[in-house]
Amino acid sequence: MLKIKDLHARVEDKDILKGINLEVKPGEVHAIMGPNGSGKSTLASVIAGKEDFEITQGSIIFEGEDLEEASPEERAHKGIFLSFQYPVEIPGVSVTNFMKTAINESRKARGLEDMPAKEMLKLIREKSELLEIDRKFLSRSLNQGFSGGEKKRNEIFQMAMLEPKLAILDETDSGLDIDALRIVANGVNKLKNKDNAVILITHYQRLLEYIIPDFVHVIHDGKIVKSGTKDLALELEEKGYDWLKQEPVV
Amino acid sequence: MAYTEEELKKELETKEYEYGFYTDIESETFPKGLSEEIVIAISKKKEEPEWMTLWRLEAFKGWKEMVEPEWANIHYKKPNFQDISYYSAPNSKPKYDSLDEVDPELLDTFKRLGISLDEQKKLAGVAVDIVMDSVSVATTFKKTLAEKGIIFCSISEAIREHPELVKKYIGSVVPTKDNFYAALNSAVFSDGSFCYIPKGVRCPMELSTYFRINQAGTGQFERTLVIADESSYVSYLEGCTAPSRDENQLHAAVVELIALDGAEIKYSTVQNWYPGDKEGKGGVYNFVTKRGICEKNAKISWTQVETGSAITWKYPSCILKGDNSIGEFYSIAVTNNYQQADTGTKMIHIGKNTKSTIISKGISAGKSQNSYRGLVQVNSRAKNARNFSQCDSLLMGNECGAHTFPYIEVKNKTAHIEHEATTSKIGEDQIFYCNQRGISTEKAIALIVNGFSKEVLNKLPMEFAVEAQKLLEISLEGSVG
Repeated sequence: MLKIKDLHARVEDKDILKGINLEVKPGEVHAIMGPNGSGKSTLASVIAGKEDFEITQGSIIFEGEDLEEASPEERAHKGIFLSFQYPVEIPGVSVTNFMKTAINESRKARGLEDMPAKEMLKLIREKSELLEIDRKFLSRSLNQGFSGGEKKRNEIFQMAMLEPKLAILDETDSGLDIDALRIVANGVNKLKNKDNAVILITHYQRLLEYIIPDFVHVIHDGKIVKSGTKDLALELEEKGYDWLKQEPVV
Repeated sequence: MAYTEEELKKELETKEYEYGFYTDIESETFPKGLSEEIVIAISKKKEEPEWMTLWRLEAFKGWKEMVEPEWANIHYKKPNFQDISYYSAPNSKPKYDSLDEVDPELLDTFKRLGISLDEQKKLAGVAVDIVMDSVSVATTFKKTLAEKGIIFCSISEAIREHPELVKKYIGSVVPTKDNFYAALNSAVFSDGSFCYIPKGVRCPMELSTYFRINQAGTGQFERTLVIADESSYVSYLEGCTAPSRDENQLHAAVVELIALDGAEIKYSTVQNWYPGDKEGKGGVYNFVTKRGICEKNAKISWTQVETGSAITWKYPSCILKGDNSIGEFYSIAVTNNYQQADTGTKMIHIGKNTKSTIISKGISAGKSQNSYRGLVQVNSRAKNARNFSQCDSLLMGNECGAHTFPYIEVKNKTAHIEHEATTSKIGEDQIFYCNQRGISTEKAIALIVNGFSKEVLNKLPMEFAVEAQKLLEISLEGSVG
């Protein structure tokens, strides 16, 4: 599904990604861990096509297509979803209206008509129940006055609505209390199937108790310095990141 | 391909005026220039009674002694008032019984504007009175209205058929010498709309007028008079588009609203006159005087969506004369390229327990300047007056300006006045967030702007709100690439 080859990226004059290699297949869950400033979030943004970053080397292939020329919205239309670490506020635009616009724009890109209102309502009802979201919440302005937990739940709700092939969850666990974390993780697990894939970007092992990854990768200084199974996450929890920083690149 | 402020701006600049075409309908136009003779000729042309001619001449006399106001935050080359033709009427004159008889080219124009009469007629409950270059060429739904005793016709017709009402109320809210442009309008107004709702009648449909300016070099001076008799209700819609012209077109309308005891008038405007090209050449100069008076327990709501014109000078106001009367002003003003808008409202509290609300949303892009100017005045007898004002500005790019000039004059210490103001910018992170959800930049801007304007859009009647949203998109989006 996703093949990242020797990816180098920079912002302004600063090199951040220095040769990332990663392959994600349908049905897999990958966790990407690493200390602050290691390039985790940059990787997420670069996959999503954020234009502040310049790719200096390497490539991102998604479903056999090189993404280099694709705009962020085209990537979204292809089925890439990014759950933001800091979701932005859009005053006056309700969650429902935002989702309606997003779904219909993606449909338009595929040559489809707008989703009939009835179908849209059904989808909203279904997904909000799945994620235990109060319907009143959906009429509120997008992320405005939302608590940290509400913001993250809203991100996962959007993911549920858009049904992406590849979902990248950037620090979705940060700022969540244990109940919110459980709800978010349950949501992700329910949405998971053999045809889609998830990349979890996280600092802590905690989230991985709820969403079990098939692979764990550790990023340090713009490179993946270690890959393994979920046991690696436990090891990291125990030992911290420092022991990896010293290790030579595998 | 970073989507920078620069590019955002460029994209906005490339948006050309969508309705820039010119309808070739034969017109009868007066020679350019303004004099007593022209004023008399206009009055004669309209078959007006003598009192009206004298009223116009009085206004003209006043106008000659007045000077153009200069206090507004706008800069432009003053029009040469002797270089304007003050009367122009489409030639296919007789009133039509059905649309089939209307000049097909005119109908086609409306179709191109997306407001075909056929459609409009079908739209539930909307009666359309079209003012195209000064003379009404079609009035629909008149019969239904007549059954309720509602008068909805051109002002010329009202002067002939209902002189007692016109004589009593015209100039009663905006006196002939109120200001330079109002005086000019009073002298030379060629047509406009008139509406009277009898006592206790609730107008069963939204009354709607579409204005257009269509003749090169023809100033258009409409006059609108709406009278809501005791305990009546009316919602009045006014929408405008204009074809693109190179020279500046002057527009100086006067709208007077009279809400008698317990009456309510809702007046909504969508204005989309030609704003000039992206270098700031051409465009309509829009100098409008709109004012309403509320008697006891009456209410007037002004809602406006201003996206067009090179220059907008407009302050729909309420005189809250009667006790417990209510005035409201909801406004969205969009400026792009070199457009300049100086708009706002005046709320004059005279009666006791009077209440006013002002919600103003200014959106500036390109090199435009957008000013809110408002006055809240509480007179000494106006016990327990209340006002809430909110002025929000949204900026796009670094070369535009947003200004707020709120004036508050309070002469009664029981008054409660609240004023809130915010300024924000459309952020790249907001755009990226939308992009990531599959929403194009163009659509994202429309979404953000519509969200910003929502409180005001919500005040518009349904069918108008849809049109207004479309207009906001047209005014601010560029076709990408």
